[in-house]
Amino acid sequence: MRRVDQDVTRFRRIVKGEIRQNLKRYVAQGELIARQGDRAVSVPLPQIDLPKFTFGDRGGGGVGQGEGQVGEGVGNEAGEGEGSHQLEVEVSLDELAQILGEELALPRIKPRGTQQVEADMKRYRSIRRTGPRSLRHFKRTFRHALRRQVMLGTYDPKRPAIVPIPEDERFRSYEVQRVPESSAVILYMMDVSGSMGNEQKEIVRNTAFWIDAWIRSQYRNVVVRYIVHDAAAREVDRHTFFHLKESGGTKISSAYRLCDEMIEKDYPDEQWNVYCFHFSDGDNWSGGDTAECLRLLDEELFPKSNLFCYGQVKSAYGSGQFKHDLDQRFAGREELVTADIPDKDGILACIREFLGRGR
Amino acid sequence: MSTLTAELAETAERAREAAMELGLDFPEVVFELVEPDELNMVASYGGFPVRYAHWRFGMEFQHLHKSHEYGLSKIYELVINNDPCYAYLMKTNTPMEMKLVMAHVFGHADFFRQNAWFKPTDRRMMDTMANHATRVHRHVQRQGAEKVEDFLDACLSLENLIDPMSLYVKRDAPAEPVPDFDTERYAAGQVHRFDVKHRYMEPFVNPKTALDAEKKQIAADMEKRKSGKLEPTRDVLGFLLRRATLQDWQADCLDIVREEALYFAPQAMTKILNEGWACWVHSRLMTQRLLDPSEVVDYCDKHSGTLSSPPDRINPYKLGLTLLRDIEDRWNRGAHGRAWRDCDDAEKRRRWDTKDGDGVKKVFEVRRIHNDVTFLDAFLTPDFIEQEKLFLYGRDPRTGRTVITDRDPANVKKKLLQQFTNMGQPLIDVVDDNHENRGELYLVHRHEGVNLREDFARETLRALHRLWSRPVHLETVVDQSRVLWTYDGKDAGTRELGKIE
Repeated sequence: MRRVDQDVTRFRRIVKGEIRQNLKRYVAQGELIARQGDRAVSVPLPQIDLPKFTFGDRGGGGVGQGEGQVGEGVGNEAGEGEGSHQLEVEVSLDELAQILGEELALPRIKPRGTQQVEADMKRYRSIRRTGPRSLRHFKRTFRHALRRQVMLGTYDPKRPAIVPIPEDERFRSYEVQRVPESSAVILYMMDVSGSMGNEQKEIVRNTAFWIDAWIRSQYRNVVVRYIVHDAAAREVDRHTFFHLKESGGTKISSAYRLCDEMIEKDYPDEQWNVYCFHFSDGDNWSGGDTAECLRLLDEELFPKSNLFCYGQVKSAYGSGQFKHDLDQRFAGREELVTADIPDKDGILACIREFLGRGR
Repeated sequence: MSTLTAELAETAERAREAAMELGLDFPEVVFELVEPDELNMVASYGGFPVRYAHWRFGMEFQHLHKSHEYGLSKIYELVINNDPCYAYLMKTNTPMEMKLVMAHVFGHADFFRQNAWFKPTDRRMMDTMANHATRVHRHVQRQGAEKVEDFLDACLSLENLIDPMSLYVKRDAPAEPVPDFDTERYAAGQVHRFDVKHRYMEPFVNPKTALDAEKKQIAADMEKRKSGKLEPTRDVLGFLLRRATLQDWQADCLDIVREEALYFAPQAMTKILNEGWACWVHSRLMTQRLLDPSEVVDYCDKHSGTLSSPPDRINPYKLGLTLLRDIEDRWNRGAHGRAWRDCDDAEKRRRWDTKDGDGVKKVFEVRRIHNDVTFLDAFLTPDFIEQEKLFLYGRDPRTGRTVITDRDPANVKKKLLQQFTNMGQPLIDVVDDNHENRGELYLVHRHEGVNLREDFARETLRALHRLWSRPVHLETVVDQSRVLWTYDGKDAGTRELGKIE
């Protein structure tokens, strides 16, 4: 425990508004921009400015240095507000998922299944006295050499030369370990009926990207499958999934049935962690079809999957009835999460909702 | 935290010897190798390993930690003005960086000891800071964390209301209330007379001039007391410490905040010169003594990285170093003094050379006697401003873009000086502690062209009210007219005091 940790904890609690509510109004939201390819992620960097007697806007003015005529613009926009910390940084997708997990406070996923499937894994975690040079453990070798020299009395602290002899050498070596292997399959289903416009698809695409990133960071093996449906369902590839524009009616049960078939056929074992995500505007064909959906969910999909998430995108045409039906029928069921995504800003809340249970 | 490895100790020794040979004067410098997060912690504590518990250190730490973790910034070293001088070096520095950083550190250590503005600072600040931590901790245990922190926040809001110059000049003692036992005598206008054994000694023991002077003083004091006016003072924290009704623990916290603010003041006053000097020292030591030929390119890369400046900001390292080099060059050529200044021919001025060779001596002198304001005032020549392409920028009211507004050296210099005066803080004095004869506190902001930030000022008045516990006022200027902002414990008020011609 470092000394500063208590200060950090206290600061975090103030930012969250747990203590010192009187400081809450001074909290400013700075951010740190992380980049992944052309995708920018911002890491919030909250900051509290204690009020002081200070100068206000100096007319955005100051002294600078460099080329340029009077009247020309200054390099990057200055005076963007001194308080906000805008930093940009390149990160890998893995780190990105970690940041996401941290910032959204997502729990790590607990793999289910009996974990009977095991794989042999070689791990370099032990030490031997013989081995190839390339695996020589430098530090240990020298430690043994030093120990020997000290014991023999040949070590001179003024001239700390340590010369290992073959007996001092130590090498890394592996041990075979049996590790349980878990894999996951993500099944995305999207309603592509006439009522789902471009904006709705954009929302689905963004949500799917983040869910993908998080689940991939949790499993070694992830398979992703895509299903689109209007009145009938079919499997498509990733590109089609995000770009398809269809029109027609909506029969959600068709998608659920196809989904169930895919699980039955390809991912039958207990070892698979199955995640289903369904996005729709919630406007189903008929009450009869909805009843069929509920039956499929209850009898087939819920028992077979870790989590079934239903995200309802708001659209100009959808009635939003489907989410209502789900919530009513399956209130309190752990396997099901439903969320409303009113607009782009709702994406984060939706992801937190979906993945916040750590199932 | 660990001490130097054998090789690094040797590097340090070589750097020390080179620094001594250059003529630097510094206390013992203790180097410590630290992990990134340890350095971030020390940095968030303002350079100290131990400070009192406060959330703002946590905030600072989180910012440093995150931006280090995502590879946005890196601190190479940190050095504290203390005797012995402690310097923390980032463990991950390359050997060349270590060399560079050590040379830089010796520059700072010399500056702390030699620069006149650091003379009155506490050289045992590391211990003092730790003692402050203990004191605050004791108050926390007795009063509760919430209460103490809340009060500290109020004090910290007023942190910049100190009188940095009080470190160097003895101000006239503010009109203190007369000690009780003397009040009556004082009020009666009686002067103090020493007893004498023999009458003839009277004019010697109690000379008339002294008695008259005291009488006059008493009359003036009484006048002042009657009007309730006190000497305006910039040391608002000190004033509150003497006059505000505070509980013991509150006074102690306020005292700690004030003492620490005063300790850091010389550093804020000499940012440009201090960094400029350390850069001057490291580049001299590195290029002339310490650098191995194989390290030259890496060194140049690091050195120029330190000196790069975005167009909209002044990099103190760069401004300080280039100005010191300009001084070195000018004094080497004898390009100063009246004859040089009065010369109208720019070309002739540029080629001026009397072969004086006093450059290094002058640079040493500058580091001894100047702070940023006097440094810029004395040495920022129009030639330098043109050569370094300094300009003024501002917002174009039509387009809203930030544009270059002026390249006139005189205006640039004026603006720079303004920015550094009073460490960039507004000048605010307490002028009355019994305003309208109601025990209300009256502060005046000396307006010099830039308005105060109103929402912050209003909040700060609340903090001030917490300490003073009677209504508080701040007189300032907004758009050419004087206004009075008030906080009386419940409501904020505003009063117009009239236009300024």
